[in-house]
Amino acid sequence: MKDFIIPWDDTRDMGTPEKHGKPVTLIIDGVEVTVPEGTSVMRAAAEIGTQIPKLCATDSLDAFGSCRLCVVEIEGRRGTPASCTTPVHPGMVVHTQSDKVRKIRKGVMELYISDHPLDCLTCAANGDCELQDMAGAVGLRDVRYAAPEGGALANHFEARNTSGEANPEWLPKDDSNPYFSYDPSKCIVCNRCVRACEEVQGTFALTIEGRGFDSRVSPGAAGDDFLSSDCVSCGACVQACPTATLQEKSVIEMGTPDRSVITTCAYCGVGCSFKAEMQGDQLVRMTPWKHGKANRGHSCVKGRFAYGYATHPDRILSPMIRDSIDQPWREVGWEEALSFAATKMRGLQEKYGRRSVGVITSSRCTNEETYLVQKLARAVFLNNNTDTCARVCHSPTGYGLGQTYGTSAGTQDFDSIEASDVVLVIGANPTDGHPVFGSRLKKRLRQGAQLIVIDPRRIDLVKSPHVRAAHHLALRPGTNVAVVTALAHVIVTEGLCDESFIKERCDWDEFQQYAEFVADPRHSPEATEMLTGVPAAELRATARLYAKGGNGAIYYGLGVTEHSQGSTTVMGIANLAMLTGNMGRPGVGVNPLRGQNNVQGSCDMGSFPHELPGYRHVKLPEVRAIFEDAWGVEIDPEPGLRINNMLDAAVEGRFRGLYCQGEDILQSDPDTKHVAAGLAAMECVIVHDLFLNETANYAHVFLPGSSFLEKDGTFTNAERRINRVREVMAPKAGYADWEVTQLLANAMGADWHHTHPSQIMAEIAATTPSFAGVTYDLLDQKGSIQWPCNETHPEGTPMMHVDGFVRGKGRFMITEYVATDEKTGPRFPLLLTTGRILSQYNVGAQTRRTENVIWHDQDVLEIHPHDAEVRGIRDGDWIRLASRSGDTTLKALITDRVSPGVVYTTFHHPETQANVITTDYSDWATNCPEYKVTAVQVSPSNGPSDWQEAYSAQAEKSRRILPAAE
Amino acid sequence: MPRDIPQPEVDEIQSLIDAQLHLEGPLLPILHALQDAYGIVPVAAVPLIAAALNISRAEVHGVISFYHDFRSLPAGRHVVKICRAEACQAMGGAALADHALARLGVEWHGTTENGAVTLEPVYCLGLCACGPAAMVDGKLLGRVDADRLDRIIGEIEA
Repeated sequence: MKDFIIPWDDTRDMGTPEKHGKPVTLIIDGVEVTVPEGTSVMRAAAEIGTQIPKLCATDSLDAFGSCRLCVVEIEGRRGTPASCTTPVHPGMVVHTQSDKVRKIRKGVMELYISDHPLDCLTCAANGDCELQDMAGAVGLRDVRYAAPEGGALANHFEARNTSGEANPEWLPKDDSNPYFSYDPSKCIVCNRCVRACEEVQGTFALTIEGRGFDSRVSPGAAGDDFLSSDCVSCGACVQACPTATLQEKSVIEMGTPDRSVITTCAYCGVGCSFKAEMQGDQLVRMTPWKHGKANRGHSCVKGRFAYGYATHPDRILSPMIRDSIDQPWREVGWEEALSFAATKMRGLQEKYGRRSVGVITSSRCTNEETYLVQKLARAVFLNNNTDTCARVCHSPTGYGLGQTYGTSAGTQDFDSIEASDVVLVIGANPTDGHPVFGSRLKKRLRQGAQLIVIDPRRIDLVKSPHVRAAHHLALRPGTNVAVVTALAHVIVTEGLCDESFIKERCDWDEFQQYAEFVADPRHSPEATEMLTGVPAAELRATARLYAKGGNGAIYYGLGVTEHSQGSTTVMGIANLAMLTGNMGRPGVGVNPLRGQNNVQGSCDMGSFPHELPGYRHVKLPEVRAIFEDAWGVEIDPEPGLRINNMLDAAVEGRFRGLYCQGEDILQSDPDTKHVAAGLAAMECVIVHDLFLNETANYAHVFLPGSSFLEKDGTFTNAERRINRVREVMAPKAGYADWEVTQLLANAMGADWHHTHPSQIMAEIAATTPSFAGVTYDLLDQKGSIQWPCNETHPEGTPMMHVDGFVRGKGRFMITEYVATDEKTGPRFPLLLTTGRILSQYNVGAQTRRTENVIWHDQDVLEIHPHDAEVRGIRDGDWIRLASRSGDTTLKALITDRVSPGVVYTTFHHPETQANVITTDYSDWATNCPEYKVTAVQVSPSNGPSDWQEAYSAQAEKSRRILPAAE
Repeated sequence: MPRDIPQPEVDEIQSLIDAQLHLEGPLLPILHALQDAYGIVPVAAVPLIAAALNISRAEVHGVISFYHDFRSLPAGRHVVKICRAEACQAMGGAALADHALARLGVEWHGTTENGAVTLEPVYCLGLCACGPAAMVDGKLLGRVDADRLDRIIGEIEA
């Protein structure tokens, strides 16, 4: 006999959202229950384990009250109110199972089933269908609605009647979305998908068309399907659908999963928690985990659906070596590859010196893996030549926030947005780059918070359904510092400062110097208007709103950091928050939106050449001593080379060998030609990756990597949240990445013997104060932990700088605007800025190998109609994009989202290689490249440039693999 | 006779939209203005309305499709609506409806070939005391029987 199990583990659906109010006590079915005011009767019942039958309610959505299945009787009230829409009252006496409501429910269910196909056994939702569950729960045994004699019963699910005539009410399946299908014949019009699209995702792509019996879920307007509608494929509707109407195609194909593992998404810095739902070692689907504190049950198209790269045939599963890059690859065993690599690296060090080799760690690998890679440089190579891709994205954040506040990280958790009144988004495009945070932000904006956008482009947030920025400062690329300083000028000169906050929490003398600096009329919006292109009145209004609009929160992205003055802008932003007292409580703060899943973690783990784990300078003997004790080696006190220094040194012949893990510097780093020259000059490049990426074209050793599904570890997201990554399938190439690094280290003479990443975390905790309390046990228990986690904060720290800044007194920094050396002129009159879009991720190595290409199959250049017209360029034309560094070709997209004089593109496709255009100008403090400003010219073209052709020829030649020896 | 679908210029639609924007809740007034001007709500208006009101195309479509009086195809020169709700059915409304369909040779929502009459069902005109009820070009008629309906159709077809 099947065991009777009450399905109330913590994934049970409570029916309506959680409320926070004063306690209210009521009686449900004779049981007393106390819940917060505003809670629904349905949720109160769920709290004591009573699941009132329901179809249109789910706890991610506000109650709707349409299915009438959840009716209850309440003493002293007439009728049978819906329990989902009825809030609790003190002393209320509820009966959820009276004869009357049971009869109603059965009748309602009978009506639902009368217009639903009875093909449960062959249905994709079989075993995972709420309609099926509810039919069981109400005891439905019979459907009395029969067709009248000689006629048919109108329905939506039969394509043809018995005489073969087409049923006008029947609609075919919509398979236009690559990941899920919409089968209208199974729809019960509960509205959950429409509400999920509105309330959770905030896209409003779905509606109910028609009315009464004609009501249907409709994507977009008349004539649209899912693909042509505004749908962004976030999966919220699929998640909400109680039937097989909206169903993952993977489930249709494979069936329902039999187990699930909680893990963390490997895409952007939001770090969403997912349930990897499995059949054995086969991944059936990824669903957002509702208790994930970063995403609260939401997801985007990448994390939810774009995991197919992990099993893509392009994956290289065998180690490969070659003596020079013009040879084809030779597949070898792990041992041969590692000893080949170890011998080469040791040989290079003997020949060219200890500092002639280095490593690049990856923001896409786990903390444990990153820690081992930098340890490889420091404890095995015995130098500090370690850098990370954060160099090219958020290194100015680390520097700027470290200088002003004392920690190199964001100040809030994502939940904080729910308490913000004014949100200032600078140089970030959350709805594309950080979609789940974008949805949480939009939800808050729909509740009435005000939005300010500072971006050269009119990003979706500026105006999209139900969201409109109060101010959009469309500044000229490269003038961030001038704009931020002008905002401070207005705040200081108009007396909008929070003086008591500054007096209490910041260094008063430094503030006075700073105030004198910014009050100078040359920083006034009127004085900077000509330079920045931002109207003075608009800028003044922006400053007033941010300073006095209530809780002001700043979120910023790579549009701030990837500039020659990236660090200065970060400090300017930090100044704004201190000036206005927007620090240390929910709803405020300064929050970098991290590009990759583990940028925060890779920085924390000591990937930078001057810092040991925990941001402690390598020059400090007491810090070195900790690691010298732990590792039993002497650590080089001299900071090592940054990525760009490594490449420069390689061209000069001083740097000869590189171990590059999970990173494609050739495509992602600026000035591709320079990167290629640097790599080509090295004698041993070891690429450790899932795919033969662009950098591998210049590699001598290829070590196959493991995807996030194939290993244990942790990722740290933009809120400093350490999330667990859990192995759901064995590494396809035999080893997880941390094991490969350990094998390489041991091949070079080290004696590491970690058998599980939890031991690496123990080493991190033992050596790094902000991680002191972190263990895998605690992570399993809490779900996630925000660092610092130590004796004073044993459960982690959701919010930083609550009672005082980490560095003591907040430090105001002078932010003088210095124009970049990259200037427009007659030959290069336009400014190029780069970014990314929703469906693709970074260099595209992952997303290009998924169905996501349906939304973005090539990079295009956005250009304003005026600029296009004077150049004779029409929409969709091939154009040549040239800068002082190089040129490439791509297609034009004419749009007024960019201002005249500004063009925009993405860098997801190696065929375009947008970075052959970008220059090697970089941030003064951290060398973060100036991707966001390049002077360019655009002209009509008829095909790929010479460089593109030479590049693809080289790539093709370099990717040859010798057939395995028989 | 094929009916031409009006295809107004974007500027013209935009000015009709803009004229209603000062109202509170301007969506329905905009749709009425378009329906009055063109006899339909043009498909091209959907993205313009969405942009003007900062709502999605889907939301605009949801509202338009909810109301049968907002048309995507133009009606005939005259519109006859016959009540199909319970009270009128009880007074012979079903037979009246069948008669109308046969007399005009159309399906529900259909228009006669000469473009003279569009026949539509309606669920309650609020004339339950005088069923079966009908509405011809916006004018309410009570106690309609087959003869009276023929007479009326004859008049408007003429």
